Amino acid sequence: MRALTAPLELVALALRRSIAGIAAHPWLTRAWIAGLIAIALLFAFGSTLERFPVTSVQLGYRGTAMEAEYNPRLLQPQFEANRLLPTLPAVPDAGRSSATAYHNIKVLQTADANQFLRQMGAFANWINPAAGCAYCHSLNNMASDSLYTKTVTRRMIQMTREINTNWKSHVGGIGVTCYTCHRGNSIPKEVWFTEPPPGAGHGLAETGTGQGGPDKASGLTTLASDPFTPFLLNAMPIRVTGTSDLNIGNNASTKQAEWTYGLMMHFATSLGVACTYCHNTNNFASWDQGTPNRVPAWYGIKMVRNLNRNYMLPLTDVFPAGRKGPTGDVAKINCATCHQGAYKPFYGASDLAAYPLLSQRNAP
Amino acid sequence: MFDYRAAFGLEYQNLFNRTHVAGPFDDGPALILGNENRRGRPWTSILLGFIGSAQVGPFYLGAVGLASIVFGFIAFEIIGLNMLASVNWDPVQFIRQLPWLALEPPAPAYGLHIPPLAQGGWWLMAGFFLTLSILLWWVRVYQRARALGMGTHVAWAFASAIWLYLVDGFIRPLLMGSWGEGVPFGIFPHLDWTAALSVRYGNLYYDPFHMLSIVFLYGSTLLFAMHGGTILAVGRYWGEREIELTTDRGTAAERAGLFWRWIMGFNASYESIHRWAWWFAVLCTLTGGIGILLTGTVVDNWYLWGVKHGIAPMYPRVYPMIPDPGHLRGVLQ
Repeated sequence: MRALTAPLELVALALRRSIAGIAAHPWLTRAWIAGLIAIALLFAFGSTLERFPVTSVQLGYRGTAMEAEYNPRLLQPQFEANRLLPTLPAVPDAGRSSATAYHNIKVLQTADANQFLRQMGAFANWINPAAGCAYCHSLNNMASDSLYTKTVTRRMIQMTREINTNWKSHVGGIGVTCYTCHRGNSIPKEVWFTEPPPGAGHGLAETGTGQGGPDKASGLTTLASDPFTPFLLNAMPIRVTGTSDLNIGNNASTKQAEWTYGLMMHFATSLGVACTYCHNTNNFASWDQGTPNRVPAWYGIKMVRNLNRNYMLPLTDVFPAGRKGPTGDVAKINCATCHQGAYKPFYGASDLAAYPLLSQRNAP
Repeated sequence: MFDYRAAFGLEYQNLFNRTHVAGPFDDGPALILGNENRRGRPWTSILLGFIGSAQVGPFYLGAVGLASIVFGFIAFEIIGLNMLASVNWDPVQFIRQLPWLALEPPAPAYGLHIPPLAQGGWWLMAGFFLTLSILLWWVRVYQRARALGMGTHVAWAFASAIWLYLVDGFIRPLLMGSWGEGVPFGIFPHLDWTAALSVRYGNLYYDPFHMLSIVFLYGSTLLFAMHGGTILAVGRYWGEREIELTTDRGTAAERAGLFWRWIMGFNASYESIHRWAWWFAVLCTLTGGIGILLTGTVVDNWYLWGVKHGIAPMYPRVYPMIPDPGHLRGVLQ
């Protein structure tokens, strides 16, 4: 034991000598103390404090700490990173439909041929500006369905229309275009795949519990590594908090609460907001103590679940293996897919009105 | 300034000094029959001399101590090896992710049944061995105090901490009918569990026993600061010899008492301040344990409980009525 600690003892001896040496000189002592305090202050200020200004927005009743803190200086680069592309110039109608002008039109067949072309140009800008038309079309025969990306795009146009017409409860009048998610990437930056289900331990050890790692999905907590599959694909119950003072049959477990909490961390990080954007933290479950922002968020859960089940899952076989997740599932949507760190995508800016084909109702 | 060193001579006459005394080792009193021998030859450490007595050892191990250490080691290994397995036995990732790694309790579906090892069985086993180790360590603390003819105050204070530990990991899960209600092993995981528990049960801050526990926790630090500060401040008058000063007050005790009477009109005595400190520490975990025990077993939402019993306000509405859209559609999810 003694031999093990001997090196430490030597260090201690040296430390004692040097401290005694310093302590013998009052001025040296003061210089050391002042220096150490300066270093501590420098570290404390440099590492923790944010340079002013900070804007505080009150979100609830006074004294409940319901507020959002923003630093305009730090928000500015966020604004820059969330800008719409310049709108394509309007074109006059051709006077005939795309279905008569072109072959093999299945979704936008009623659109005017010129408007159809303009919309196609916008797709290229939004999704893969480098490859352009060639990303979805065989350039020898534009009408051919030889590329899988064309099949996907058709379904995605329908999905965009579904969002803009049937989910105004979530997207309001702002709506979405392809660019809301894609931002020039053929696969949106923020998509998710299902993890192997919790409890799929390998061998004798307890692994793969769906918890216990730095979980990016739930804001680097250990709450849940995949809070999406149960809530944004399946419809597992999200509400866990008791709604009465004494227990009258709420069987939600603390573990369930961890998964719900994980999903909520995803909400917060995706929207760049804190809990109090929607909730009064004195009692998370209460609607009348929260803010109206919680209502569109609630419809957002329903919407994303609907899109994942009815629009993404059916495309599973269309995508090549390289585009799929570790369990062979299709890429799916969560809050971050559109929001990308902003409380409203593009901070509320919208160019949907310039692309009316995307806000038409899907043919039944 | 009064030069106490010049007045009182050598610094080492004060027990709080920077002098490391090297002399014959102190073996302590002879032990009566039924005790084992103390182990190891004592030695002095400069490093430990900085923060306490420089003499290390001899150490009393005993059968109970040995069993406690062995069981504790088993629990430590179960937890550590499962964590290592969860990063695919990669030592680098083990170090990098250590604060996040967990040994999780079984899924709630298992109730109080014994799950397979990989599905929470290891958690039960680690908990069993850790509990055994802690309880045996408590026996050791009790027995060593008795062997020295001391009171058993330390053992009972330790028992209060064990109470909270048992409520969290054993008694409450038992009452809730699910091992899944237990606390995961892990640094961040157990903190995340705490936060989730609070959200699940409508905000633990409105649990009056949690409030009491916080009072005693913060109170303990306040008392510690006041007591430690006072004794260090009168160290120059042998104030650290508290035991003698309880019966023969002397100038240190007089000054310390006077100091607090000047400041707040009242002073604890050299004896009572330790009762204050002991009770604050003991009540911290005692009340905390009661608060957790009632959570889920009796109370489902502490905030609403607090509103009902007049300890929390129902804040006025600042937005127009926000109906629950789940209720609008007649579905609750």
